Amino acid sequence: MVFSITRSLKSFGKFLRRILIRIIEKRPIRDIRDWGISYSLWPAHFTTACCGAEFAAASAPRFDAERFGFLPFTSARQCNVVFIEGTLSRKMAKAARMVFEQMPEPKFVIAMGACPIDGGIFWNSYNIVLAHNILPVDVYIPGCPPRPEAVARSIMMLQDKIKKMGGAKYDELK
Amino acid sequence: MMSLNELKEMIEKELGALAFKVDSEAPNLIIINVEAPNLFEVAFKLNHMGFDHVKVVTGTDYPIEKKIELVYHVSSYTNIDLAKVIIALKIRLDKSNPKVKSLVKIWPSAEYLERETYDLVGIIFEDHPKLERLLLPSDWDQIPPLWKDFKIKTEGIDA
Amino acid sequence: MSEDKFMQVLIGPQHPGSGHMRFIVKMDGDIISEFEPDIGYVHRAVEKIAESKRYIQIVPLVERPILADTANINLGYILALERLLGIDAPPRAQYLRTLLAEINRIHSHLYGLGIHGIMIGSSTIFMWCFADREIWIELAQELTGARITYSYMIPGGVRRDLPNGFNEKLSKAIAYMEERLKDYEKIFINNPVVTARLIDVGIIKKDDAIKLGIVGPNLRASGVAYDVRKIEPYCAYPEIDFDIIVRKEGDAYSRVLVRFEEIKQSMKIVKQVVEKIPSGPIINESYLKLIPPKLREKAEQTGIWKMPAIFINLKPRKGEAISRVEAGRGEVTHYIVSDGSPNPYRFRVVTPSFRNLIAFKYTMPGHRLADIPAIYGSLDYFPPSADR
Repeated sequence: MVFSITRSLKSFGKFLRRILIRIIEKRPIRDIRDWGISYSLWPAHFTTACCGAEFAAASAPRFDAERFGFLPFTSARQCNVVFIEGTLSRKMAKAARMVFEQMPEPKFVIAMGACPIDGGIFWNSYNIVLAHNILPVDVYIPGCPPRPEAVARSIMMLQDKIKKMGGAKYDELK
Repeated sequence: MMSLNELKEMIEKELGALAFKVDSEAPNLIIINVEAPNLFEVAFKLNHMGFDHVKVVTGTDYPIEKKIELVYHVSSYTNIDLAKVIIALKIRLDKSNPKVKSLVKIWPSAEYLERETYDLVGIIFEDHPKLERLLLPSDWDQIPPLWKDFKIKTEGIDA
Repeated sequence: MSEDKFMQVLIGPQHPGSGHMRFIVKMDGDIISEFEPDIGYVHRAVEKIAESKRYIQIVPLVERPILADTANINLGYILALERLLGIDAPPRAQYLRTLLAEINRIHSHLYGLGIHGIMIGSSTIFMWCFADREIWIELAQELTGARITYSYMIPGGVRRDLPNGFNEKLSKAIAYMEERLKDYEKIFINNPVVTARLIDVGIIKKDDAIKLGIVGPNLRASGVAYDVRKIEPYCAYPEIDFDIIVRKEGDAYSRVLVRFEEIKQSMKIVKQVVEKIPSGPIINESYLKLIPPKLREKAEQTGIWKMPAIFINLKPRKGEAISRVEAGRGEVTHYIVSDGSPNPYRFRVVTPSFRNLIAFKYTMPGHRLADIPAIYGSLDYFPPSADR
């Protein structure tokens, strides 16, 4: 008796969720949601290599990435962007994957610098990992190191991408 | 003020037969070649003279001679005369068994430098307080990367 | 005492207070009893890659690990290479090198001060330092064409001459910075919160500093008057008047003060450099000969030199050379072994951060967990440069 009630409640909950998702995925609400996501991109404090110096300059007053709603935050569990700042070494790649897995959906990856693309100046090093091998990268920033303006541009590109293609993925709920 | 040659002579006198060759190279370098078993004693004497810290520990692989050259660059903070020169303390080890007594007891500043040399060149320092992997991942199972037989890709047609 | 009493805390690498490294901390209550830095998260094998590159290609390579202080590390490499090549830079180039090295030292110290500020919770100083750092970066950009990766020094000279109107901009920047430093004193240096967190924290005694082989401002804050610019003067430093800042306390606060005062000294040096700078060529005559006369005339007018092709195949003599340079964070040592081929046989660089690493292990025990960022920031540690 009790089981059947809980089961029916559960299936009712699932049904409700599906309806809600369908409503959210419909046009005006979806646009508002994506707009909201695109202006609250919080990267985790996770410096992987030397591009961090330019990333810090991008968050500092002159280039002020916070005007895009882009605020580095301490805990990975409250963030939605992994910002790969430069080379990923073998040791760091494990950590990067762990940080990425801790984040709630929807989450995005920006890879900064030439090293995560193809290795850059360290292309023949024995200790580097390319970013696309471990993370689904949304935006790449070329340069060694990229200028802070390029960081700002990458944020705007990611915002455009979210607005056009939708930020959230509800695969696990369906 | 002491000139480089005076200092060189002083070191030669101090070390005696322990060092088999002492060279000086302008503007600031004195190279002391030592047999591996004498290294600890020479280091002790140099430390006594006032060379109080290690700047660099380098291991270089010479695959044809099957040797690894280990160089300690030491200098001084306290003595202004000695601070002007850098002493290169050189020994040669067999590549098949690169073992040497650690100098951490004499120069504590060598701790991480020696540990890095163990990590990247594979020289085993006996009596080192913590001889573990430092820069490489702990599951590294290939030969030490700074050996010449560890090949990496190079630019060019045959790359 | 049983082992159970201790708790192991792992900090980093994803942590705002750890940078690109991990700390393995053994805690006894709130007191640190053992501290082991776990580095290697940014190890990219600069030394191995350098063996596969030509000498001139290593110039940008050595910059990458120590991105906040590229001019000085570059200078060290070039000095070692010049010793092998047996070549010297003309006087004007020596002054230009000094100029860039000091501009770089200023913005490297501002970087360190800002990061230290935000680590102990003072966001204002982070914002101010990083905003004022841009002024010096802008000046360096004017001189070299790049924001932070200059590759300005080349064997036998420098790449570019002083641009027009540089002196006015520089004196403006110095005047502005001198005013700003007074504000910094009010909001950071004399701030009771800052002094409470830094004074008598992380003391490195003079004997320990010598024994552990610490370098740079950290060493001078412990009472050792060691500065390579005075001990073994390179470039234009023998002709320039400046002081070594030394403090006796050896705590985190004195390390901050040493850096703070060094910014003033660097500005003093920069002022003298632009006053005393002699005229003349900026690259050694033996390389200038190789440039065709027409191109040379054009280069002299525009001040932008195209490097002669000989740089691709630089072949130093067989032998070895070591050089030391006082970078922003301390002494950089470059050691090159050459076998006479266009690639170095062995290239070794020991950066100040790697030599300061040992200070973590022996300074942290005995302090509270909350002191870690205060001490870490005061050591001005830059992980990529330690890992190389």
